Amino acid sequence: MDILKFITAGSVDDGKSTLIGRLLYDSESILADQLEALHRSNRKNDDGSIDLAILTDGLKAEREQGITIDVAYKYFQTEKRKFIIADTPGHIQYTRNMVTGASNANLAIILIDARKGVIEQTTRHSFLISLLGLPQVVVCINKMDMVDYSEEVYNKIVADYKVLAEKVGLENVTYIPVSALKGDNIVYPSVNIGWYKGESLLHLLETIEIKIDDSKAHARFPVQWVVRPQTEELHDYRGYAGRVSSGSFKVDDKVTVLPSGFNSTIEKIELLDEEPEEAFAGMSVTIHLKDEIDISRGDILVNTHYQPEVSQQIEADLCWMDTRVLDTTHTYFIQHNSKVTRCRIQEVLYKVNINTLEKEYNEDFKLNDIGRIVIKTAEPLAFDLYQNNKANGGAIIIDSRTNVTVGALMLRATVE
Amino acid sequence: MSKHQLDYLDELEAEAIYILREVAGQFEKPALLFSGGKDSITLVRLAEKAFRPGKFPFPLVHIDTGHNFIETIEYRDNMIKRIGEKLIVGHVQDSIDEGKVVEQKGKNASRNALQTVTLLDTIAKHQFDACIGGARRDEEKARAKERIFSVRDEFGQWDPKRQRPELWNIFNGKIHKGENVRVFPISNWTELDVWNYIRREKIDLPSIYFAHERDCITRNGQLMAASPFLNMDEDDIITKQNVRFRTVGDMTCTAAVESYAYHIDDIIDEISASKISERGARMDDKVSEAAMEDRKKGGYF
Repeated sequence: MDILKFITAGSVDDGKSTLIGRLLYDSESILADQLEALHRSNRKNDDGSIDLAILTDGLKAEREQGITIDVAYKYFQTEKRKFIIADTPGHIQYTRNMVTGASNANLAIILIDARKGVIEQTTRHSFLISLLGLPQVVVCINKMDMVDYSEEVYNKIVADYKVLAEKVGLENVTYIPVSALKGDNIVYPSVNIGWYKGESLLHLLETIEIKIDDSKAHARFPVQWVVRPQTEELHDYRGYAGRVSSGSFKVDDKVTVLPSGFNSTIEKIELLDEEPEEAFAGMSVTIHLKDEIDISRGDILVNTHYQPEVSQQIEADLCWMDTRVLDTTHTYFIQHNSKVTRCRIQEVLYKVNINTLEKEYNEDFKLNDIGRIVIKTAEPLAFDLYQNNKANGGAIIIDSRTNVTVGALMLRATVE
Repeated sequence: MSKHQLDYLDELEAEAIYILREVAGQFEKPALLFSGGKDSITLVRLAEKAFRPGKFPFPLVHIDTGHNFIETIEYRDNMIKRIGEKLIVGHVQDSIDEGKVVEQKGKNASRNALQTVTLLDTIAKHQFDACIGGARRDEEKARAKERIFSVRDEFGQWDPKRQRPELWNIFNGKIHKGENVRVFPISNWTELDVWNYIRREKIDLPSIYFAHERDCITRNGQLMAASPFLNMDEDDIITKQNVRFRTVGDMTCTAAVESYAYHIDDIIDEISASKISERGARMDDKVSEAAMEDRKKGGYF
């Protein structure tokens, strides 16, 4: 069994909470005491049925203010697959939360209210999903019950969305007409939407191929920790502990250590008492090399034949996540895999208005702003372009004054 | 399944090992909070996978309420002997003796709430900058919103509105002096995942997780183990029950469930079919709907 991680993009008004609640409820993922709390609640729909949105309610602070603060993670499983939902709020002031949720997802569900069609926030959500490079998108056209399950309405929205998808560069898009409130096409195929011949949402989620875009990417292994027992019997033991971030390593593969550039060969791969011949993307292992080289946390082992970019001046897309505006004179930290070094944002090339997708050239880079910048780092980074390899192409910016994560970077090109 | 697609248990395991190694790499004085429960026992196994044949780069810390199940303490001591790592015990009794906390009174008295103070004192005394814990996001809705690296201020408080964004698998562990980070490597595991992992790895557990006969009383509709730590009166009738425990906490706040699951396979079957969520058996969560959120803001795990 494998795990599908997905994000839901939409606002409360689109019925996002109801959709997640319906998925959990109809797939029988709710336990008795939670169900009891649900039935006990005073919140009901207009027709007296239970309000499934309650299932995604979070904190007291949120209930009091009627808002969603943050990313909430939900877990459920069917006989075919395990699912992790990152439930993120859809309003513009929560762009950073959506970016956070999307950074770890394999698939995005975009909700569109059938009465409203493709609107400004649909553009925003689609742009962010494309920016973060999610390989699969499912567009759920919701509230079909409120438009008399009209095929015409559905077709119009699909046609509109196709124009948008092309504009923002989204490829694998699937469309489903649903009613989360009534349960149409969420877990069970709808009897009300006879003209739709496709699958229900859950069936699609259970069967869609999980595109691990990194599996075809080149072999990368950021070193997290050096295992050196220094006991009598293990005097010369020196293993490099880390997680393969992309591609695969085999015993006898030629590897290069970056940024130093030393070459060696893999002698052994270990996982406690096991010695696998191969370690591929996602595996946490300990690697031994045939040569004694000075390697420490922050270095990366790569396949010698397919080396990444190594640079101190990089063009990147930036999503700003702090209330304090970006300061191009301040020295920040950049964290890229296990490497942390100082950096400065040298130049803001442009910002993108995420509702209209137009470029803007005003100076201040504020909370939730997204745009293209040039960053200069104190030490060289060994990175891949984000569009080719997400795992080795993403980085964060940390404010050295507050230690808070203030920016997400998608590294796009080396500046010559 | 393609050759390069990890099975879910392998994926969860690899993620947890990765997180443990990030703690080792980023912090000066980390610690692993060990409760004797199945989740922290799982963490110990994961730490072995992350750091062997080296030593753990952190000690184990147990906050002992003094009202533990004897089976838990025996298990703890045997395990420490087997793995050869350092154990630090913080005693709630010491916090009571020092007058820092006052023992609760009445029928539902428990030391569960008091252990937050002992925990914070232990962290301060040893200057731990990161504490690894076995909390999972599927346990409770306040936990569903907590980060894997959860920064606490110098009072140990969690502020849900000021959490750091956590992108890709990059964890920002930078903190100011006095602050510390709670780290949850098995955040993305469910209860069933933990049990399946324990079965796969053949991990030994304290015996109270398995069905046994025990003197119990019924309180607030739940079965509680009869013990000297529970304030009982003439209304409490002791009966012999066949039970097991789904979580292992303080004897005064952990309810038993009737069970005939003697082996791990039985337990997994029981949980798969179970109609009550795991924290449903915790009296400490029943106080109010926001009970966990409030305790976390106060420094609880």
